[in-house]
Amino acid sequence: MTVRALLVRGLLVGLVAGFATFLVAHQVGEPHVETAIALEEAGTHAPADDHTHDEATAGHSHDDGGAVVSRHDQRTWGLLTGSLAVGLALGGLVALVSAAAVGRLGRMTPGQSTATVALIGFVSYALVPFLKYPANPPAVGDGSTIGARTGDYFAFVLVSVVAAVLGTLLARRLWPQVGTYAAVLAGVGAYVVVVAVAGQVLPTVNEVGDFPADVLWYFRRASLITIATLWAAIGIGLTGLVGALHRRDTATTERRTLAASL
Amino acid sequence: MSQVSATPATTVEIPSIPLAEIAPWALFVGLLAVLALFFVSAEQGAFSLLSGTAVHEWVHDGRHLLGFPCH
Ligand SMILES: [Zn+2]
Repeated sequence: MTVRALLVRGLLVGLVAGFATFLVAHQVGEPHVETAIALEEAGTHAPADDHTHDEATAGHSHDDGGAVVSRHDQRTWGLLTGSLAVGLALGGLVALVSAAAVGRLGRMTPGQSTATVALIGFVSYALVPFLKYPANPPAVGDGSTIGARTGDYFAFVLVSVVAAVLGTLLARRLWPQVGTYAAVLAGVGAYVVVVAVAGQVLPTVNEVGDFPADVLWYFRRASLITIATLWAAIGIGLTGLVGALHRRDTATTERRTLAASL
Repeated sequence: MSQVSATPATTVEIPSIPLAEIAPWALFVGLLAVLALFFVSAEQGAFSLLSGTAVHEWVHDGRHLLGFPCH
């Protein structure tokens, strides 16, 4: 098993996962994006911080009229571009972390360690950050705070991912002495403590204003389904391909051993 | 948990890949991945390497639905 073999598979899976993500985002998410934009344009929704709204929307138009990119392109080719780019990026990253994890996580087979990496990746990079800073539809959010919100979001993502890596290393180190159950419990516990503290320390964002609660929930649920699709496709696809690669390697080794013994 | 030693067939060591072999790939792919994520998530939003709003507008729906702060 080589880094290159894993990376090629990761990028391939990432591309397919990106396309699946696009389909799900387009079918499940776009209706709610359209509803939110319609609300924004109808002006029925007063933003939490009214005085900054004009300045906030000044370089940012969802409107077909003066927009650089039409709504049609945004929800098709634009969405596809974003999905494929993120799919490829995460596919490559998961493949490389999986390459490092092969043979290093207890007695796990390469397929099992790859599935574990993808699961930890989903929880630490996507799910837990979503709980602190959930996705927002167009029309929610004050444009003047975008810098601070983006910084807080990525700071939390970074803390969560680093804590997950350290938690995994802790579990790995404890495993020979205390066994699987206690080691995993210690690793997960350490992770939860770190993200809980970070979640308390980092500021809460609430710029929802009087945006309708139902549309907000539908959008966030659709966003979470989209993100889960991406990670599930990467995790399931790469686990399958790495498992097959391992079986091929094992078969080759066995044939060689057999040939040598003859 | 299992103090009983397993049969040799099931304890075949899974060869790990030396970290030194992974490092150059990690650096290269890591940079490209961060760049890709940056353009989808933050360019012409929180940061503006390029002027205008074309990048932001193009990846706009992905930015919202993939959970990044947009505007
Ligand atoms: Zn937006």
